[in-house]
Amino acid sequence: MDFISTHLLTTILFFPVLAGLAILLIPSDQIKAIRWTALFASLVPLGLSIWLWTSFKPDLAGFQFEEQYTWYAAINSTLHLGVDGLSLAMVLLTTLLTPLAILASFNIGDRVKAYMILFLLLETGMLGVFMALDLLIFFVFWEIGLVPMYFLINQWGSANRNYASFKFFIYTMAGSLGLLLAIQMLGVLFGTYDILALAQRWTTLETSTLLGLSTSTVKTVAFWAFVVAFAIKVPIWPFHTWLPDAHTEAPTAGSMLLAGVLLKLGAYGFLRLVLPFYPEEAAHFAGWLAFLAVMAIIFGALGAYGQTDFKRLVAYSSINHMGFVVLGIAAAAKAMGTLDATIALNGAVLQMFNHGLSAAGMFFLVGVIYERTHTRDLRQFGGLFPLVPVYGTILVYTSMASLGLPGLNGFVSEFLVVRGAWAIMPVFTALAMIGLLMTGAYILKGIKDVLHGPLNEHWAHGEHRLTEINIREILVMAPLMILILLIGIWPAWILDVINKAMMMLF
Amino acid sequence: MTTETLIWLLPLPPLLAFFVIVLFTNKNKALSHTIAVGAATLSWLGSMVVFVTTLGVEHFGEHVFNSSLNWLPTGDTFLKIGVLIDPLGAVTLFFVAWTILMIFIYSVGYHNFGQPAGEHDRPGLAPHGATVIDEQGHKHAVLSVEPMYSRFFAFIGLFAFGMYTLVISDNLLTMFVGWEIMGLCSYLLIGFWFAKPSARAAGIKAFMTTRVGDVFMLLGIVYLYWATGTLSFREIFRPEVLSDLAETITPIFGLSAAGLIAILLFIGTIGKSAQWPLHIWLPDAMEGPTPVSAMIHAATMVSAGVYAVLRMFPLLTAGWQGHGLTPEMSVVAFIGTFTAIFAATIALAQNDIKKVLAYSTISQLGFMIAALGMGAYVAAAFHLVTHAFFKALLFLGSGSVIHGMEHGVLHTGNHHLDPQDMMNMGGLRKKMPVTFWTFLMGGLALSGFPLVTAGFWSKDEILADAFAHGHWTILITLSLAALMTAFYTMRQITLTFLGEARTQEAEHAHETPWTMTLPLVILAIFAVSYGWVGIPEQFPGLGGLIPNWFHNFVGATLLEHPEAVAFSWIPLGISLVVALGGLGLGWLVYKDHKAGQPDPLQKAIGPLYLFLQNKWFFDEFYNFFVVKPVIWLSAVFTSLWMDKGLIDGILHFIAKTPIWIGDFLRNKFDKPFINEFIGDGTAAVFQKAGHELRYTQTGRIQSYLIVSASFLIVLAAVLAYLFLA
Repeated sequence: MDFISTHLLTTILFFPVLAGLAILLIPSDQIKAIRWTALFASLVPLGLSIWLWTSFKPDLAGFQFEEQYTWYAAINSTLHLGVDGLSLAMVLLTTLLTPLAILASFNIGDRVKAYMILFLLLETGMLGVFMALDLLIFFVFWEIGLVPMYFLINQWGSANRNYASFKFFIYTMAGSLGLLLAIQMLGVLFGTYDILALAQRWTTLETSTLLGLSTSTVKTVAFWAFVVAFAIKVPIWPFHTWLPDAHTEAPTAGSMLLAGVLLKLGAYGFLRLVLPFYPEEAAHFAGWLAFLAVMAIIFGALGAYGQTDFKRLVAYSSINHMGFVVLGIAAAAKAMGTLDATIALNGAVLQMFNHGLSAAGMFFLVGVIYERTHTRDLRQFGGLFPLVPVYGTILVYTSMASLGLPGLNGFVSEFLVVRGAWAIMPVFTALAMIGLLMTGAYILKGIKDVLHGPLNEHWAHGEHRLTEINIREILVMAPLMILILLIGIWPAWILDVINKAMMMLF
Repeated sequence: MTTETLIWLLPLPPLLAFFVIVLFTNKNKALSHTIAVGAATLSWLGSMVVFVTTLGVEHFGEHVFNSSLNWLPTGDTFLKIGVLIDPLGAVTLFFVAWTILMIFIYSVGYHNFGQPAGEHDRPGLAPHGATVIDEQGHKHAVLSVEPMYSRFFAFIGLFAFGMYTLVISDNLLTMFVGWEIMGLCSYLLIGFWFAKPSARAAGIKAFMTTRVGDVFMLLGIVYLYWATGTLSFREIFRPEVLSDLAETITPIFGLSAAGLIAILLFIGTIGKSAQWPLHIWLPDAMEGPTPVSAMIHAATMVSAGVYAVLRMFPLLTAGWQGHGLTPEMSVVAFIGTFTAIFAATIALAQNDIKKVLAYSTISQLGFMIAALGMGAYVAAAFHLVTHAFFKALLFLGSGSVIHGMEHGVLHTGNHHLDPQDMMNMGGLRKKMPVTFWTFLMGGLALSGFPLVTAGFWSKDEILADAFAHGHWTILITLSLAALMTAFYTMRQITLTFLGEARTQEAEHAHETPWTMTLPLVILAIFAVSYGWVGIPEQFPGLGGLIPNWFHNFVGATLLEHPEAVAFSWIPLGISLVVALGGLGLGWLVYKDHKAGQPDPLQKAIGPLYLFLQNKWFFDEFYNFFVVKPVIWLSAVFTSLWMDKGLIDGILHFIAKTPIWIGDFLRNKFDKPFINEFIGDGTAAVFQKAGHELRYTQTGRIQSYLIVSASFLIVLAAVLAYLFLA
């Protein structure tokens, strides 16, 4: 136990990989053993994260549970890990959603071993990004996360999976190129990749020229290199079109993690790297960023409303919701250090967490019905409520969380973002209300087209008879639903940690 | 237990009932309604205790019940939420508790508890009736129990939670939470019979239309929060905060910050209280079960919109000097007045018993909004309370009528007959006496029948206020609206209850069970007597016999207690004329109406009747100018043109560029130049050369010597030329 408590972050980070290696030793035909091993293995990081959460001291500034190991001494890059309130929330989200995604995958029967190992690898990749305090390590994990997801979509996805996985992979890679170059430049300039040291030295740089160009030009170019990489991941309009394809083609659990955690990597990048490294550039370009965020909010919602594929509808809703995260970040970037900025950032981070819960839930619920009917076409559903009352109730509940109904989690974060952003960018905030209105439209459209309407005879009888959501599936939804309600009623337990982190960070 | 603790607890029983029914008891109908009604009773009891306690507090306006706690950490500070019962809250709590409890009880009978399940009934559709065989072997068609009985009680439980939360809130945030939860319940309950496409569409229409108002309201809330740093009413309404807000000028139409916030919040009310131009959802909302119409769309949720303006009254009137109207007040007054007359005209031409009431509700809410716009705070609050009682009564009465008619429908077996169409009724007073007498009392209250009904006192006060402050346009418009109100109310009563039955079904209508009639009786008592708590002191004869409790009590909510307006015969005369005139005219026109005849009004006003019957064509207007463009914008513009066409087009172009470059390099450079010219070309040259040179390899020594000798000669010649020359 002593070893674990002093190496808590590395244990959480690498346990999934080790578990993946262990699963490698289980014979491929022992499907049950593989599933259960994977599930239990993913519960360990969750348990440790809860421990991490309870022993975390939100009042302390800086990073906690820091660990540092030699990694690439020649270029002065070290395996430096640590968490603050921001990364802690994301770590908790990741370790929470992974076991749920694995439990959701118990119906997968095809190459289970490879599938589960990829999921565990994915978890390590995502956690690494949230824990990294070294830019190179950050980038390494950033790319590591990409590979398992590519194979999950490409091998276990639905009909158009080749196109979708390729688009996802190449698009993210393309964004990463600029990021890698910018990271290399920082490494060359300062001889270190340590995020904390870089943030301090890079922002207080006094030379007027760098690499033969003026410092401000270099900084602006590097700023955009970072921004584009993260903007594609979030995704911000107009970099968003990979998302509906990737989410729609991915297997259910893949979509859960894609929407639940992978999108947060982009937003996390903004908060961890862009704002601390480029406060001036961020303030200068905040208007543009807010513009793109509002476009994402409005056209994400309109796009969702225009879909006839249930999963694409939910996928577009992610663009809409993540737009609020970026709007909060953009507003905060413009007025860093004010109370309004803190409120906007609180909202943005909480919205990341909340969207993780509701989007994962929505994708799972789409998967539940897709597995039974083998279609996602909204026009073929309708009138299913009497057939699957429990499923229907859960769907309405989760939809309402996604809609931002007061009393559930999404409202709190959207309220904070709107409150913070209104003070800084009233016009963009007012425009974002169009998106908020349309959120209602597409959510109700989803409910209407799936559950309501005259009883659907096709799914009511015989071989097509729709079966009710089962216990395993309810168990996947239960933790999400409880957290959705808990944050809606009493957000202070998580917001307190986020709030203190935001105040100390910015 | 302190009163504050009790107030905190008020919303909880219905919420618990909701969770218990959804999670555990939804299979058991009796247990579910017991839990729900029990919870409503508990909240009612608590509310009565709180209400009575407030009566005993000296200068209650200053010594209110208030307690709050930290909810959201925001930087170094917290956003606080809490509960508040002040005089306005107390009177609202009173009518909310009563109407909610009555409607819960009524729902038991309305959903046919105790009746058998119908053979063809299925969840999502209203019950069709069941067949029972009595001892003699005769088959009888009887009403059947609602298949989703438990779910209904769960939903109204959640709704009650929302309404209680709204009333006890001391801040805009939890008020908004309650507001939106009610919006959700309204959506779920309007679409309760979701298998019916019209009900499904009506639910969505209600949610979306009110959401238009809600997003503006949210902006108003964040604006207010930003400008004042708090959302608690009592913090906002401190004079220095209000005067700050009133003096800050915004760039939008030159409104003050207070005015802009008030208007943003008021747009929320326009949606929630179904004011023009966002009124379109309320008539469609009648698709829901009738207790829902009574509770949500008459007594509580739509009242919440007016309640919100009452709450925000100090903000709305910040900077008002007491004469003339500020721009924001003019907006409010205009919307209210116009809605009052506009909805009344539509109500004239509706035949559906619930639709008449729906438009009447819109119109009456317009009266209250108009009163608030004029600054008549107490009059608006008074009309809010009396209206809640008599309109809940009328809706429940109409539900009872429909129920009675359904009896008749089951008896005759003619399922094509619309049991809600008043043209199919007539003469029901004899079949359904309790329903008739209570409905009559409600109808008279709505019409403002003098002296004995509550509606008279509250409506009269609004007119008196308009007169006293010289708002002539408002006075005339509202008087006309009141005339129409009396007319369509009498039209409704006459068509439904008086005269002779116009159909077989009306002939066989039947009085409803006690669970439905008891709430009618109780609400009827309030519909009559509640007016007596607010009789103006100078009223001839009656004034001063009972103190004007309502004015003194509710008026004390405001820091500056409003003055009661001076008595004048003119508005009273108008009140009397429009009420009695409208009632009399309605009776004269419709008393001899026979089955199959066209509406006499149609003859009188011709094409205008069609215009009114079609609700001024607002639905068509919105459908063409809002709904269709939005669908095009999302399905075609965003999804096809922008995302799939433009953005993906650019991406695919970028993705194809390397392929094109690769193709080009391969087909135009690699293949012809490298492969064919250099690669294959070199080989071909050597091959060709080898092939040709083969002929020199003859194998004869003479030939080789000749070649060698020739070569040597040529070489010598070349060398000689190079070196010697």
